[in-house]
Amino acid sequence: MIIEAIREHKLTGIVVGACSPRMHEGTFRKAVDKAGINPYLCEMANLREHCSWVHSRSDETTQKAIDIVRTLVEKVKKNAPLFPIKVPVTKTALVIGGGIAGIQAALDIANAGHQVIVVEKSPSIGGHMSQLSETFPTLDCSQCILTPRMVEVAQHPNITLHTYAEVDSVAGFVGNFDVKIRLKAKSVDFSKCTGCGACWQKCPSKKIPNEFNAGLSFRTAIYTPFPQAVPNKPVIDRVNCTWFQKGKCGLCQKNCPAGAINYDTQDELLDVRVGAIVTATGFDIKHSDFFPEYGYGKHLDIIDGLQFERLASASGPTAGEIRRPSDGKIPETVVFVACAGSRDKAKGIEYCSKICCMYTAKHAMLYKHKHHSGNAYVFYMDIRAGGKSYDEFVRRAIEEDDVNYVRGRVSRIYEKDGKLMVIGVDTLLNAKPVTIEADLVVLATAVVANQEAESLAQKLHISYDKHHFFAEAHPKLKPVETNTAGIMLAGACQAAKDIPESVSQASASASKVIGLFSASEMTREPIVAVVNRSAPPVFTTCTGCFLCEEVCPYHAIERDEIRDRQGHLIKRAAKVNAGLCQGCGTCVAMCRNKSIDLQGFSNEQMLGEVMALLNTPF
Amino acid sequence: MSQFEPKIVAFVCNWCTYAGADLAGTSRTNYESNVRIIRFPCTGRIDFMLLLKAFQNGADGIIVSGCHPNDCHYTSGNFHARRRWIVFKSLLDFMGFPTERITFSWVSAAEGSKWAELVDDVTDKIRHLGPFEDFNKLDYSLINQLNDEGLTE
Repeated sequence: MIIEAIREHKLTGIVVGACSPRMHEGTFRKAVDKAGINPYLCEMANLREHCSWVHSRSDETTQKAIDIVRTLVEKVKKNAPLFPIKVPVTKTALVIGGGIAGIQAALDIANAGHQVIVVEKSPSIGGHMSQLSETFPTLDCSQCILTPRMVEVAQHPNITLHTYAEVDSVAGFVGNFDVKIRLKAKSVDFSKCTGCGACWQKCPSKKIPNEFNAGLSFRTAIYTPFPQAVPNKPVIDRVNCTWFQKGKCGLCQKNCPAGAINYDTQDELLDVRVGAIVTATGFDIKHSDFFPEYGYGKHLDIIDGLQFERLASASGPTAGEIRRPSDGKIPETVVFVACAGSRDKAKGIEYCSKICCMYTAKHAMLYKHKHHSGNAYVFYMDIRAGGKSYDEFVRRAIEEDDVNYVRGRVSRIYEKDGKLMVIGVDTLLNAKPVTIEADLVVLATAVVANQEAESLAQKLHISYDKHHFFAEAHPKLKPVETNTAGIMLAGACQAAKDIPESVSQASASASKVIGLFSASEMTREPIVAVVNRSAPPVFTTCTGCFLCEEVCPYHAIERDEIRDRQGHLIKRAAKVNAGLCQGCGTCVAMCRNKSIDLQGFSNEQMLGEVMALLNTPF
Repeated sequence: MSQFEPKIVAFVCNWCTYAGADLAGTSRTNYESNVRIIRFPCTGRIDFMLLLKAFQNGADGIIVSGCHPNDCHYTSGNFHARRRWIVFKSLLDFMGFPTERITFSWVSAAEGSKWAELVDDVTDKIRHLGPFEDFNKLDYSLINQLNDEGLTE
């Protein structure tokens, strides 16, 4: 009917007096488009939600309806035909972080046929999951399920892996990000290195705390982080290397049969263009030195959860036997302290770290499985075991494996005659104080954001919360996107998460990326701001004050330089990057001389609406 | 006319208050019909000079409403609107403008009933304040006089 009317009356603008534009604007604009009229010349007068449904029948109501239509008629008179903005899409994704979330996202995107670049800051991918012994709630070996995935990433024809590399800077916008990747100097030529290991076996610096074993063992200055590392080739840690610190040694170079050691390599900057970015930079944990009440990390036998994982791991420093770090003895009594730091306002960490209830149950269980006569105590606040087969897992620890769960907090731990005195309270026994003489204490310390999270967020222009976890675009409906179009989140960089959740979120963000890559051009609504341009000698009325740049939430305002043919600067003016602009119009209201305007909600249109309303009797 | 019926113009954002007014509609919440809604993408888009234009053309009261702080669809547009309002209001107060005729509020997309209450409250308030005739009283004779004296361009 509308199409017919348009043809019959040769209409040049359409106002549909019906329902809310939030509901059917798209429908009618499509119909108008079919009749050969630019869809942006169609507006909706909201007579249903804003009038007939909220007022009873009367002359005033009819007058209001007339007014509503009148305002939109005035608006349409000023409407300009607009055309959707097409932005080409570079079908390559960047995944930042090579933990399980990054691995999953990279594999999913690569398997869909797109190119993926993975950047990992440490010398190997694998992340925290590679450090774990067994995983809850199935107690299957973490490395057994992870390492095949790591190898798949390294061998995938669509994946380019950059380990020992970091994101240096990010420019551009969705579809076309220009990223500089800093490839840190490895001092080893990977094209020559065979991974034989002759170098690190001869390295004389052997007293460097091993990060992979959470400081429970030592590594050399030239090292691969762990035996199954991908890529399984060493790098030189220059801070701890005798050659780089004192200028002499060179043993690794002498002993390398492939001649792969090169001390002169420098950091390299690699420029890549990508269409989308998945941020999967993971988390960190607080260490025992964070807790004054537990001795500031003074006692070697008060360890954190990751250290316990390494003790329990068959590939760890004790080959899987739970032994005290101080004297190597097998502990007879182990106390596990849940919520160490988490849910504690005084510590500045109000949130729940989510994974501790489960891994504490797992730790206690692993200890009991390895040392049947030992005593395991768990101090807890609540048990939060929501998840498939999770609560059953905790029940199993309590009921089958005889782990003593004590509901209460630990106020203090101190050393006495070689024992660790754990002072706590049992709130289920009339709040009685409890003292346990322990041989080993494991703190389920709080999950925190990575130290570099804030600086990375600033490079990516994404938001983060006060704990430096990255912010999703919407807590319920957009949990994997960020506020910056084209940048997704995966894993614990967004909030504390366990493995299945990290993997699901990684797959979700991969599907968002694949969706973005499904067309070679992105179509965007042309509701964007525009800075006026005119013929010389005016060029533009913009004076280059750049207040718009200051208020723009999307960094969409660029500084343009208008030059004459000789290249002399005539004036500086603002320019809107239509790829970044989301059309909020804050810049328009800010502009001092109305040089910037918002298409679809222009100054003329809005004034037209206001004037239309009031020149009539209400 | 038995009772003075004020003209109220509402400047609202598309994502929260406009949707809140839609919700009032879909839930058939009755409210005063004195309000006319003008849709902006964001409260940050609202040029406050338009408020004066509205008054100049006969509005008796104005509502400006958008997303609650921190809920802005565009992250920070409502904060800019709030800041602008604080500055603008102090300017108007300084000039002796009756700023009680402007109501600044937050109505989310879920607050259909709050929207209805807001409209009713404002209508009621403006009814008590009576018609806004100050602009009419000015009747430009003063300006003409100033022009004659060459005090303005």
